[in-house]
Amino acid sequence: MGFIKQLFQSKKKANTARKYSVGMAKTRHQIKGQLTALLSSNVAIDEALFSSIEEVFIMADIGVETTLEIVDDLRDAVKLNTINDAQALREQIVEILFKRYVKETVIDTNLKISKPISVHLFVGVNGVGKTTTIGKVAYLLKAKGHKVMMVAGDTFRAGAIEQLHIWSERVGCDFFSKPAGSDPSSVMYDALNYAKQNAIDVVLCDTAGRLQNKKNLMMELEKIHKVIGREVPYAPHETLLVLDATTGQNGLTQAKLFDEVTELTGVVLTKLDGTAKGGIVLAIKETLNIPIKLVGLGETLEDLTYFDIEEYIYGLFEDFV
Amino acid sequence: MAFDQLSDRLQMALRRMRGKAKLTEKDIDEMMREVRLSLLEADVNFKVVKSFTQSIKEEALGDKILKGLNPGQQVIKVVHEALRDLLGKETSVFAFKKEGTHTVLLSGLQGSGKTTTAGKLAMYLRKHYQAKPLLVALDVYRPAAVEQLKTIGKQLDIVVFEKGTDTSPLIIATEALKYAKENNHNAIIFDTAGRLHIDESMMDELKQLKTLIKPDDILLVLDAMTGQDAVSVADHYHTQLGITGSIITKLDGDTRGGAALSLRKVTDVPIKFMGLGERLDALEVFHPERMASRILGMGDMLTLIDKVTENVDEDDMMNIMEKMMSGKYNYDDFIKQLKMIKRMGSLGGLMKLIPGANKMLKNNDVDEKQLIVVESIIGSMTKKERKNPDLIKQNSSRRRRIARGSGRQVSDINKLIQNLEMQISTMKRMSQMDPNTINPNNPLQSMPQPQQKRKKGKGKNKGGFRF
Repeated sequence: MGFIKQLFQSKKKANTARKYSVGMAKTRHQIKGQLTALLSSNVAIDEALFSSIEEVFIMADIGVETTLEIVDDLRDAVKLNTINDAQALREQIVEILFKRYVKETVIDTNLKISKPISVHLFVGVNGVGKTTTIGKVAYLLKAKGHKVMMVAGDTFRAGAIEQLHIWSERVGCDFFSKPAGSDPSSVMYDALNYAKQNAIDVVLCDTAGRLQNKKNLMMELEKIHKVIGREVPYAPHETLLVLDATTGQNGLTQAKLFDEVTELTGVVLTKLDGTAKGGIVLAIKETLNIPIKLVGLGETLEDLTYFDIEEYIYGLFEDFV
Repeated sequence: MAFDQLSDRLQMALRRMRGKAKLTEKDIDEMMREVRLSLLEADVNFKVVKSFTQSIKEEALGDKILKGLNPGQQVIKVVHEALRDLLGKETSVFAFKKEGTHTVLLSGLQGSGKTTTAGKLAMYLRKHYQAKPLLVALDVYRPAAVEQLKTIGKQLDIVVFEKGTDTSPLIIATEALKYAKENNHNAIIFDTAGRLHIDESMMDELKQLKTLIKPDDILLVLDAMTGQDAVSVADHYHTQLGITGSIITKLDGDTRGGAALSLRKVTDVPIKFMGLGERLDALEVFHPERMASRILGMGDMLTLIDKVTENVDEDDMMNIMEKMMSGKYNYDDFIKQLKMIKRMGSLGGLMKLIPGANKMLKNNDVDEKQLIVVESIIGSMTKKERKNPDLIKQNSSRRRRIARGSGRQVSDINKLIQNLEMQISTMKRMSQMDPNTINPNNPLQSMPQPQQKRKKGKGKNKGGFRF
C-alpha cells in the first residue's frame, strides 16, 4: 500500500502531472470532497456506506455498470483485508482503480507517425470540438518538427472551413480546402494527392460532426475512411474519436458506433477542465477497449496533452491518500 | 427519438407488472430499482432520480394502486404523470411581444449548438409570428463563429449584424440595438460565445450584456447528451443570469436525454424548444406531455398532426386520397406526395411520431436517399407514363428505358411499381376500416396488415422503397 503513496509522491514532482492537477481541480474537488466526508474514521463500514460511495461515482458520470463493479471490488477488498476503519477505504479505492485501469500494460498514447506520410482522421458528433482539437494537435506535431497539413473535410457546417483555416494560420501549417458543399471524400482524395506532391509528413483530416444514429452520414464517413485508405497505404494511421467530457453515457454509444464504421484507434477527450465529472474516462476504458490518447484540459494551444491514466487517477485523488 | 431506449427499459420494468392482479410491496421495490437504474443510465441527475422514484413509490403504495383493478396499468399511469411533471406540467408558450422589439439572448457551453439554434429560432419567429428578425454575432472568440452565423443568415435570407472579431461584444450589442430600431426589426437574437459556467470573467461578460440589452428572454442552450453535469451547468447559468428558459439540442440523436429531464426539475425553468436535426427548420416547441408519452413509447400523434397541417396543402392531400381510393392514383400524385413528405422534414423523425411505428422501425431505417432515387426514376418517365402507370407495368422495354434514363436497375423500377400498387391497396383497406375498432394507442395495429410477399429469386436483399 505504501506503493500508492510513493507513486503519488513521485508524481508530485513530475511536470506533466501539474496540468492534470490544475485541469481536473473541479472533478477532484467533487469526488474527493464527497468521499472524504463519507469516509471519516468513526463511520461503520456497512451497506449504507457502500451505496453512498456508489452515488459519488455515478454522479461523476462513471456509469452504473462500471460503478457497480468498482464497489463490488471494494466490498471484496474489505472482506479480504478485514478492514474496519473507514478511513483506510480511501487508499483502497485508489488502489482498486489503479488495479482495474492501469494494470501492467503500457499503453502507447503517442500518435502513430509513419513515413513518408501519415494521415489522421478526426470524427465525432456535433459540437465536441473536432476543429479546435485539430488546431491543437497540429501545434503539438509541428513542435516536434513535422510538416503538418490540415484538411477541411467539414464541407457541411456553415463556417467550418473558415474556422479550420484560421487555426492553420495560428499554428502556421499548410491548409487544404475545397468550396463548401463539396463531397468530403473528394476533398480527401485531392488533399492526399496534394500532400504527396508537397512532401507533407502528417495530414490531419477534419470531418463534419454527425450523430452516430444518422445512417447516411455514417455511410458517408465510411466512404471517407475508405478513400483515405485507398490513396495512402495503411491510412488513416489514426482515427480519433473526439468526445466531449461533459457527455454522459451516450459517449459509450458514440464510441461503439463510430468504431464500427471507422475502426477507431483512440479517443480525444475535450473540455475535461469544464466538468466536475469526467468519469466517462473510466466507463470507456471499462466497456470498450479503445485507448484515450489525448485530453483537453484548457482553452490554450498547449492545453491538449497526451493522456496518462496514472496521472488521471492522480489528478482525481491528489492529497486524498 | 431520443428517449427510445429509456422507454424500452421502463417497458421492460413494467411488463412484469402487467396483468398482475395485485402488486406486493416487493414487486414495487423491484420495479423502482429498474426505473432508478434506467434513469441513471439515461443520465438523469442522481438527485432527481432519487426523488422521482421516491414519489412514485409512495403513490404506488397507496391504496389506489394496490387494491385497484389493474395495478400494472396504474403504475404506468403514475410513471407517465410523474415524468410529465418532471418535464414541466404544461407546454411553455414562447411569449412573443406583439408590440416593440423582442430580444433574445442565447447562452450556453461551447459546442451546445447556439449558433445553429440562433438561425433556427430566427426562422421560427419569422414563420410563426411574421417577425422581422435580426441575428447579432457576439461570438468574437471562436474562430469563424461570425462567418458561421453570416452563412446561416444568407441561407435563411435573414439580416446578420456583425462587427467582425475586433470589437467588444458590448459595443456590438449596443450598435445592434440601434440598427434594429432604425431598420424596424422586431425580433433580435443575440448569439454569444460558448463559455464554461465556471469561467467567471466570461460569465461577467454575459451579465453585462444582460444589463445592457435587458433581454425579454435569456435562453440556455443545452446539449441533450450532457451527463450528470447538466444540472450544475443549468444551475450556475440560472443563478448568475436568471435564465427564462432553455432549448435542448441534438434530440435527434440516440441519447436518452436524461439531462433534459433533470434540468427542468432542478432549475424550475421551462424547456421552450427542442432541436431535432441539422436542417434549419428542425426546431420544435417542447411539449412535456407529449415527451412523457414518447418516453413511454406511446407515440406522439399530436406533433405529427401539427406537422402535417403546417406543411400540407389540404386540398392537394384530399385530392390524392380520393384518387388512391378510386384507383386512379398515378406517378404524378406519387411525386407530389413525396414532395409533401420532404417538406415535413426528416422522414425518420416523422415515422417515430406514429404510435407503434417506433417498434416497427427499429431495424428498418427510413432512408431519405431513397426519395431521391424515386424522384429520378419518375423523372425519367414520359408524361403519358406518369399519368397511366399501366403503360410501364405492361411493357418491359419501357421499364428498361426508364432504368437507363435514371441510371438504375430494372429491378428498382419494378420495386417502385410494386410500391405504388401497395400504397393504393393499403389506402383501400384503410378506407374500409371501421373507425370504432381503431385502438387509439396504436392505430397501426388495427389496420389490416398486407401479406408479406415471399422474396423471389436470389440476389442481395437490397430492401424495397419504404414509406
